[in-house]
Amino acid sequence: MSEGIGARVTRKEDKRFITGKGKYTDDIRMENQAYAAFVRSPHAHATVKSIDASGAEAMDGVIEVLNGAQLTGDEIGNIICGWAITSKDGSPMNMGAWSALATEKVRYVGDAVAVVIAETQALARLAAEEVVVEYDELPAVAMADKALEAGAPEIHDNAPGNLIYDWEIGEEAATDAALSGAAHVTEMEITNNRLSPNPMEPRSAVATYDEAEDHYTLYTTSQNPHVARLVLSAFYNVAPEHKLRVIAPDVGGGFGSKIYIYPEEITCLWASMRTGRSVKWTSDRSEAFMTDAHGRDHVTTAKMGFDADGKIVGFKVDTIANFGAYMSLFSSAVPTYLYATLLSGQYNITNIHCNVRAVYTNTVPVDAYRGAGRPEACYAIERMMETAAREMNMDPGELRRRNFIGEFPHETPVIMTYDAGDFDGNLDKALAAADVSGFAARKAEAASRGKLRGLGYSCYIEACGIAPSAAVGSLGAGVGLWESAEVRVNPVGTIEVLTGSHSHGQGHETTFAQIVAERFSIPIDNVQIVHGDTDKVQFGMGTYGSRSGAVGMSAIVKAMDKVEAKVKKIAAHTLEASEDDIVIEGGEVKVAGTDKAMGWHEVGLAAYTSHNLPDGMEPGLKEGAFYDPTNFTFPAGAYICEVEVDPETGVTEIVQFTAADDFGTIINPMIVEGQVHGGVAQGIGQAMLEQVVYDDDAQLITGSYMDYTMPRADDVPFYTIEHNTTVCPGNPLGIKGCGEAGAIGAPPAVINAITDAIGTNDLQMPATPQAVWSALQTVQNKMAAE
Amino acid sequence: MSKVNMTVNGKSVSRDVADTTLLSEFLREDLRLTGTHVGCDTSQCGACVVHVDGRPVKSCTALAVALDGSDVTTIEGIADGKDLHPMQAAFKANHGLQCGFCTPGMIMSGIDMVNRYQAEGKTLTADAIREELEGNICRCTGYHNIVKSIEEAAGQMSGMAKAAE
Repeated sequence: MSEGIGARVTRKEDKRFITGKGKYTDDIRMENQAYAAFVRSPHAHATVKSIDASGAEAMDGVIEVLNGAQLTGDEIGNIICGWAITSKDGSPMNMGAWSALATEKVRYVGDAVAVVIAETQALARLAAEEVVVEYDELPAVAMADKALEAGAPEIHDNAPGNLIYDWEIGEEAATDAALSGAAHVTEMEITNNRLSPNPMEPRSAVATYDEAEDHYTLYTTSQNPHVARLVLSAFYNVAPEHKLRVIAPDVGGGFGSKIYIYPEEITCLWASMRTGRSVKWTSDRSEAFMTDAHGRDHVTTAKMGFDADGKIVGFKVDTIANFGAYMSLFSSAVPTYLYATLLSGQYNITNIHCNVRAVYTNTVPVDAYRGAGRPEACYAIERMMETAAREMNMDPGELRRRNFIGEFPHETPVIMTYDAGDFDGNLDKALAAADVSGFAARKAEAASRGKLRGLGYSCYIEACGIAPSAAVGSLGAGVGLWESAEVRVNPVGTIEVLTGSHSHGQGHETTFAQIVAERFSIPIDNVQIVHGDTDKVQFGMGTYGSRSGAVGMSAIVKAMDKVEAKVKKIAAHTLEASEDDIVIEGGEVKVAGTDKAMGWHEVGLAAYTSHNLPDGMEPGLKEGAFYDPTNFTFPAGAYICEVEVDPETGVTEIVQFTAADDFGTIINPMIVEGQVHGGVAQGIGQAMLEQVVYDDDAQLITGSYMDYTMPRADDVPFYTIEHNTTVCPGNPLGIKGCGEAGAIGAPPAVINAITDAIGTNDLQMPATPQAVWSALQTVQNKMAAE
Repeated sequence: MSKVNMTVNGKSVSRDVADTTLLSEFLREDLRLTGTHVGCDTSQCGACVVHVDGRPVKSCTALAVALDGSDVTTIEGIADGKDLHPMQAAFKANHGLQCGFCTPGMIMSGIDMVNRYQAEGKTLTADAIREELEGNICRCTGYHNIVKSIEEAAGQMSGMAKAAE
């Protein structure tokens, strides 16, 4: 069927976006709407001595100025981290208190201490400037390794030495022994640079308290409105769950940063109750840099040992992860169960040990950003593999092949069980598409123009389809990570699908309709996908971790199974045939091998008129399902990057980027390719352009697009995309997920290519022209000295 | 407060606005044309691009009162009734958008660059499109399909221009 699984259909949701009719949170205007502006700390670390709002409150049009003492007085709860990690000595993680409005102390530049509610946004912002806050400045620290040093400023009383946890996975003694017996050991210091997610739509919230109904409504930029409602009610005590409706309308990108429930949403809801007004807050970009959760920021030392045949015998990793000033919702899981559990990469490694120390600093909280832990793992492994190949004078592809896992299921020493894959096949496809055999000639031609060409590989694997609830529960997760769906067949045969997944660019309104169209043989235009509203959809865990296909669609399939069973019963009854003989095809429900058939719409009508249903059958045609995955899924692929470096300036051009991915079943190749394009661009951004910078006093230096380098159209190439499909055995559609692959696989491919071009392994991200040029000078000076 | 008169998407509008009102605020808040988006505060992202008297303008950087008497076209004003503008159609056909937030600015910038190149008789190559998009940031698409969309629309707009001659 042309619109079903595998069809390259254009998106149903596009029309409203290309005509300017999308409905984003900031586009919503409530009756009686007021505006919030936050008073934020200019200091990275300080005690709050006093807050004087009298000047602001005297301004015409200012409704109220609220502070943290009032918030605490109203028993609004502290912001939580939803995943408990236990240190290797058995102690629980040291979580410091995080109030939506700081009371005694501020801990990063941008920490909110008060909020002004006023008649207009401009007035609210002006009045916020008039709130006088007296601070006693304290010494501050921005870098995680510095925060662990003796004498570093302590950020939370209950986290001595700023240590949140000291966690490990794998067998240390066995890994040490393997490394000491290795024929070759590659050792590297690897920094994974701090990034700002930067969805193009800034965060926004519009909160309304209806006193007559004692009911709250929150429109917000969320990837998971039901989780927001749960947390806002159960933990923050803002409103009871049954009296709070959370709506995430069109959301302009998330990349992880809109998973979390931030101080601003909490404050807007609370302020709406306090003032009796709808309260709207929309972040500007400067505020986004200061308050949206950042990503990455790891410092790692790693050792990888090989035997004489190039087989990996051990991999030892020590990582310090910067968590910022407070523990964000999923922060604790990122450098542990989303990172260290992927350190086996695509390779058969018997001995792995990883130690992770999570650290408070005076910076914005750090949490999951596209890939979340897996890019950091992939970067460490794939930088090590390429460097080891160079040190051992081996072809980097051949070194990888010698270590590829070839049999599935495969249990790694870091608790993952890979279910399916074809790592050699991925690499074959990438090598062919990138014309690696012609590289030597291209390199020579570039050299004739005075340019340096380099080739870099990256063979990534990720764990997606987050996640089996019992498994993550046993590891400390505070929630189950299933998904729910409801499939409603209307009396005329059109279908509504209610899903707990949330689309903020992924195209669910199209792809989810495609799987329904495939199953029930109807056009996708007859299928409506409903999502993002807690009053419409019963429950859902939202969209992140490449889970909407593998988990969200699986829930829809389960619900469709139930619908199909009832449809067949009704048709068998009406057509006087056996249920086993009923097939759904061509818009009809038929008795196979006969001309007896009902139109699809006639079955719907029969279900609702209920004039002639099988004995005991309830009227209606609507089924719901919860799907809890049995395992993670494991998308994997081989990426090859080819660069050309100008040795005079260090300017690097990506001349070709090839991605060969195994995503399992693909519902819509157009949309999957788009996900790869965007992910790779973010990976290139991390590798070459992006870096959140704090100075020594923990002042944010990269506070706007003038300072933080976003990838632009002329920074990236056209991408070459290949697929090599092995079906995922763990879910009904065989989907692995595609949302994060590009951001995971691309950074090491880029850096491996640049280091190949300039002849040194000593280069950290972002490889700006200055960094590349400096690295090249070091190489040339060293060569001159020899 | 000052009175501002403009033609917006072919209709005359008149409003009393504060002198500090940005064109983006005027469009979004006073006229409720919310298709024009604001994605930054330093004139970098280009989500707010509209056409003023035929020229592309970042509406977050222009004061409404300074544009009194102007003819403004926004994303809501480029389709011909139910017929999409070729640039809009090309973005859909080529999957040139994901979350849709940067899209209005991309489309308005795309239309402008095609018009300028055609007026100057120059060919709008993929490299030229990438360079022209310096002032428009997208975080979702990696630009691949945006460049393809503008390339395709340029071909169609060129055909339409020739047919009109």
